[in-house]
Amino acid sequence: MIEISNVSKWYGSFRVLHDCTTRIEKGEVLVVCGPSGSGKSTLIKCVNGLEPYQQGGIVVEGISVGAIGTDLPKLRSRLGMVFQNFELFPHLSVMENLTLAQVKVLGRAPAEARDKGLKLLERVGLKEQAAKYPAQLSGGQQQRVAIARALAMDPIAMLFDEPTSALDPEMINEVLDVMVRLAKEGMTMMVVTHEMGFARKVANRVIFMDGGEIIEDAPTEDFFGKPRSERAVQFLSKILRH
Amino acid sequence: MGALDLSFFTWDLVTGYLLKGFVFSIYLTLIAMSGGILFGTVLALMRLSGRRWLVYPAAGYVNTMRSIPLVMVILWFFLLIPFVIGRPLGAEWSAVITFTAFECAFYSEIMRAGIQSVALGQAAAGSALGLTYGQTMRLIVLPQAFRNMLPVLLTQTIVLVQDTSLVYAIGAYDLLKGFETAGKNFNRPVEAYLAAALLYFVICYALSYSVKRLHTRIAVVR
Ligand SMILES: Nc1ncnc2c1ncn2[C@@H]1O[C@H](COP(=O)(O)OP(=O)(O)O)[C@@H](O)[C@H]1O
Ligand SMILES: [Mg+2]
Repeated sequence: MIEISNVSKWYGSFRVLHDCTTRIEKGEVLVVCGPSGSGKSTLIKCVNGLEPYQQGGIVVEGISVGAIGTDLPKLRSRLGMVFQNFELFPHLSVMENLTLAQVKVLGRAPAEARDKGLKLLERVGLKEQAAKYPAQLSGGQQQRVAIARALAMDPIAMLFDEPTSALDPEMINEVLDVMVRLAKEGMTMMVVTHEMGFARKVANRVIFMDGGEIIEDAPTEDFFGKPRSERAVQFLSKILRH
Repeated sequence: MGALDLSFFTWDLVTGYLLKGFVFSIYLTLIAMSGGILFGTVLALMRLSGRRWLVYPAAGYVNTMRSIPLVMVILWFFLLIPFVIGRPLGAEWSAVITFTAFECAFYSEIMRAGIQSVALGQAAAGSALGLTYGQTMRLIVLPQAFRNMLPVLLTQTIVLVQDTSLVYAIGAYDLLKGFETAGKNFNRPVEAYLAAALLYFVICYALSYSVKRLHTRIAVVR
């Protein structure tokens, strides 16, 4: 469903992504890990065209992301994205956060959008918070709203960029629980995270990045069983100790 | 100079001399403010667009306006417009256009700072939902920029209220002109100018006070 082939990207003369190749099948969960600065965010942002790339290709359900003439807003509306810092719209209520793009992008009627919003808030356990503003919610609640906001667009796949790394430890699980449920329901997911418990539980494959390169791309059992590269072993020993 | 004689201040004076000027000053302020914020926002968006053919004209316009004294812009526009359109434009119309064109340079700098104060992630989140660039700006970034900058925008408006008195240069009938005319006709110029100053003070002080209130309220919301 998502095919990344030999993607390279430069910031000026600095090569952020180096010949990255991987794919995600429908219903698969791909976890991306690697040290800070290794290009994980950049790679995931290339998938929905938030960042351009200079070489290689990314195809999402038959649509080439980098091609001239691709309707990027339309493509993005079909790919849900969840950010490290939630990025809820602070000037809108929780419900308005959920309905805005449904109405403006998908052209749904406001009442229909609200119904959908309420259903999704219920799904992430926040139905009572619909009228509140993002600043009145805890970090964990905000991130769950952000997930609901992305799901409201009925995406064909979800992209997560370190969804729990800005959260206090006690709130991480409430967000991971929602993500695990989503994965079990068959959602196609690309998740940048260092939560290896989550990876073990639901990932089909794990890729490890370093210096803009995909160093390791393996089925989950293999990745944790016998990572082949020295760097992946070192990285895992570091993060698994915590 | 004798003691102040305020006996000529009657209701007739207010309706006969002052009201018309007061209404025009308010009108000029409101139009220059809304037009200034509107066009200022457009200029700010041009400067932030990253496209040279938009950045340079906008920056040139803003910097030019900001380096010329307002009173000269008022005069030039008033004196030159008959040559351009072939007939004179009334002082009032001329003032409205000049003020909007001048103030938008200042409002644009405020809006530019406001837009930059909204985190980049907000625009990314808008785009990620499939909103177009225009929608992201209009629905996500600008409302937040506007809210963040509201106190500064109002402070600029206080300056604007005071600046409207500069239309005396082209003889438009504003608040100050009303007092001046009354002072002349009743031979009480000192009292009239004092009363005018007092009224400007009251208006601007009330505005500053509301800006202060707004500041604390916005601080609470954040
Ligand atoms: N806009 C940018 N301009 C220049 N360099 C950038 C920019 N964004 C990211 N980088 C650099 O690209 C590298 C990869 O960043 P990123 O994808 O955010 O890494 P990660 O998400 O794995 O921590 C880093 O070295 C970072 O400094
Ligand atoms: Mg990152």
